[in-house]
Amino acid sequence: MMGEEFVALSLTPILIGTLAAIACALPGNFLLLRRQALIGDAISHVVLPGIVVAFLITGVVSAVPMMLGAAGAAVVAVVMIEAIRRLGKIEPGAAMGVTFTAMFAGGVLLLEQSDTSTVHLDVEHALFGNLESLIWLDATGWASLWDMEALAYLPVELPRLGAVLFVVILFTWIYWRPLKISTFDEGFAQSVGIRTGALGFALVIVAALAAVAAFDAVGSIIVIAMFICPPAAARLMTNSLSVQVAWSVLFATLSAVLGYVFAGYGRLWFGAENSVSAAGMIAAVSGLILALTAVFGPHRARSGAPAEG
Amino acid sequence: MLWHALTLQLGYNATLVTLGAMLLGVAAGVTGTFLFLRKRALVSDAISHATLPGVGIAFIIMVVLGGDGRSLIGLMLGSAASAWIGLLCIGFLTRRTRLAEDAAIGAVLSVFFGIGIVFLTYIQTMSEGRQAGLEGFLLGSTAGMLYSDAVIIAVGGAAVLLAVIAFRRPLSAIAFDPEFAASSGLNVPRLDLIMMGLVMAITVVGLKIVGLILIVALLIIPPVTARFWSERVTGVLWVAGVVGGVAGYVGAALSAIAPALPTGPVIVLVLFAMFALSLLFAPARGVLAAVLKHLSFQKRVHVRQGLLALAQGQPIYEKLTLRLLQRSGLARADGVPTPDGKARAAKALRDERRWQMARSREEFALAATFYDGLTEIEGVLTSDQISELDRLIGAPQGVPV
Repeated sequence: MMGEEFVALSLTPILIGTLAAIACALPGNFLLLRRQALIGDAISHVVLPGIVVAFLITGVVSAVPMMLGAAGAAVVAVVMIEAIRRLGKIEPGAAMGVTFTAMFAGGVLLLEQSDTSTVHLDVEHALFGNLESLIWLDATGWASLWDMEALAYLPVELPRLGAVLFVVILFTWIYWRPLKISTFDEGFAQSVGIRTGALGFALVIVAALAAVAAFDAVGSIIVIAMFICPPAAARLMTNSLSVQVAWSVLFATLSAVLGYVFAGYGRLWFGAENSVSAAGMIAAVSGLILALTAVFGPHRARSGAPAEG
Repeated sequence: MLWHALTLQLGYNATLVTLGAMLLGVAAGVTGTFLFLRKRALVSDAISHATLPGVGIAFIIMVVLGGDGRSLIGLMLGSAASAWIGLLCIGFLTRRTRLAEDAAIGAVLSVFFGIGIVFLTYIQTMSEGRQAGLEGFLLGSTAGMLYSDAVIIAVGGAAVLLAVIAFRRPLSAIAFDPEFAASSGLNVPRLDLIMMGLVMAITVVGLKIVGLILIVALLIIPPVTARFWSERVTGVLWVAGVVGGVAGYVGAALSAIAPALPTGPVIVLVLFAMFALSLLFAPARGVLAAVLKHLSFQKRVHVRQGLLALAQGQPIYEKLTLRLLQRSGLARADGVPTPDGKARAAKALRDERRWQMARSREEFALAATFYDGLTEIEGVLTSDQISELDRLIGAPQGVPV
C-alpha cells in the first residue's frame, strides 16, 4: 500500500484534496465569524452556469476559460444578490436563495440543451468532482518525486491548487490584522481607517477563487463542506482566532486524508465490491469531526451563557 | 405540442404530474411565505439536501428485504426520516453550541449531501443498483414515470396543500408576530415544528419532480416575488400560492414536451422569470415604479427651485430646471418667465416667506414639521391660519418703485 502503487494512484489525489480543503477552510474561518457561511454554498452552485457558458463559447473542456467563466459567474452572483437585496429590500438569505437556484437551474438547462455528450461535462461531475481520476501515471515510486521528467506529468490540478492556496495564504497573512479587526468590530475598524466594504468584497473574491479552483478538481460538495465544517469545528475548540485558524487547517487536512483513505481502501476493510465517492466521504468525515467537537469541544457553549438543559 | 401540454392533452401520466406539480407549487408558495416571514428561508435548503442519505438507505433496505428498491413511497419515507434527522442536527447545533444558524445549515447541508453521495456511489456498485436511476432525485425527472408514482405525487401535492390551508391562521400569526402569538396562547415551538414538517413534506413530494437541489427555489422564490405585490400577509400568501402554482403547472407542462428539458430547472426558471418581472414592474415596490417616483420628485424640486429663482430675479444656469419650466409653460428658453410663470413664482416666494414665519412661531410648531421645501402650505394650514401668517409678515417692504 505504501509503495509504487500508492505514489501513482493515491498520493496526488490526497494532496489535491488536502490543498483544496485548506484553501477553502482558510477564508471559511472569516466567513463563519461574519455570518456569511452560506456564501460558499451559493458560489459553488453558481459556478456551474459559468463553466457551461465557457464551454459553449470555446467549445473545449479546458481549464483556463472554465476558471474564468466560473469566476465571472461568481461575480455576477455576488452583484445579483446585492442588487436584489437593495432594489427589492429583500433579506440577504432569501436574495441568495433566489440567485443561486435560478443560476444553477440555468446552468443545468444549458448543459442539457447543448451537445456535451462527447466531452466529460455533466452535472454529476460538477457536484461530486472526480478526485479518484487525478492520478499520476508517470510515477514509478517515491523516487519519482525527484524525477523532473515524471514531475512534468503531474496532474495539472495539483500545481494550480498549490498556487491558489499560496494566494489565499498570502491574502490571509497580509490582511490578518484588518481582517481580524473588521470581523469582530466593524465600527471600530472603520474608525481606524480600514475600508471594511472593500475588504469584505476582497474576502468574498478570495473565497470565490478558492471555491472555483477546488471545484474544478474535487466538485462542489467538498467546497461547501470545507468552507463550513472545519472552521465551525475549530470555533468550538478555542477562543483565539489564530488558534482557530490552525485547528481548521488541521481538521481540513484530516478530513481530506481520512476521507480519501476510507473511500479508497474502505472496500478492503469493509468488504464492499468497489470504492465509493471520495468527495462524499471527505464531507462525511468533516461532519464527523464537527459532531465530535459539538459534543466534546472545550468551547462549544456560548461564552457566559449557562449550558442549556 | 406546447399547446397540447398546457391543455393537458399529453396523456394521463403527464396530466397527473402537471396537476401534482401545480398543487405542490401552490402548497410550497404558501408554506414558503411563512418561512420567508420568519426569516428562515435557507433552512429549507438544508432539509432538502438532507433527504439524500435517506433515499439511499431506503433503497438499500428495500433491496436487502428482497424488493427492487424503486418503490417511490419507500424512498419518500426514507428521505423524510433523514430530513427530520438533519433538522434535529440543525436544532442541536444552534441551541447547544455557539454556532450561528447559517453555519449549522451549511454544515448539515454539505455533510448529509456528502453521505448521500457515498450511498449513491455504493448503490451504483450493487448489482441491483445500476438501473435504479436514483440520480433522478438530484434534478428531478418525470420521464418514464410510473402511473403509481404520478398518483402518489398528485395525491401528495393535494394533501400538503390541504394541510397548509388547515394551519394557515396560526402559522401566519407566528410568522408575523411571534411574541404576540405566544401571548395569545399559541404554542410557538410546536407551530414552528409543524411549519418545518410541512416544508419537509413539500420536499419529499417534490423530490421526484423538481429534485432535491432545486426544491428550495419553490419555497423561496414565490414569497419573494409576492412581497413586491402586497404589503399584507394575506395578500402575500395568495400571490405566492398563485405564483408557485403557475410555475409548477407551466414548468411541468413545458418539460413534458421535450426530453432535454428537465422538470426541476424549467420550473425554477419559470419562477425566476416571474420574479424578475415583479422586481422590475411591480407597482409601488418595483424598480420601474421607484425610478418614476424619483423622477417626479426630482422634477418637483427643480420646478420649485426654478420658481424661487425667477421670483428673486436670479438667472437660472441649470439646464434641466430651465427645460422643465419651459415645458410647463412657466418660462421661455432664455429664462424669462411667462406671465403665468411670474404669478406662480410670486406665489412660491410668498409661500416660502409664510413657511419661514410659521417655523419661527411657537403656535405653528406642529405645522412647521411638515416643511420640506415641496409641501404646499395650503395642505397643512387653514386659510385663517395663513391670513394670520400674512398679518404677521406684514405689507411688502422696500419694493423699488
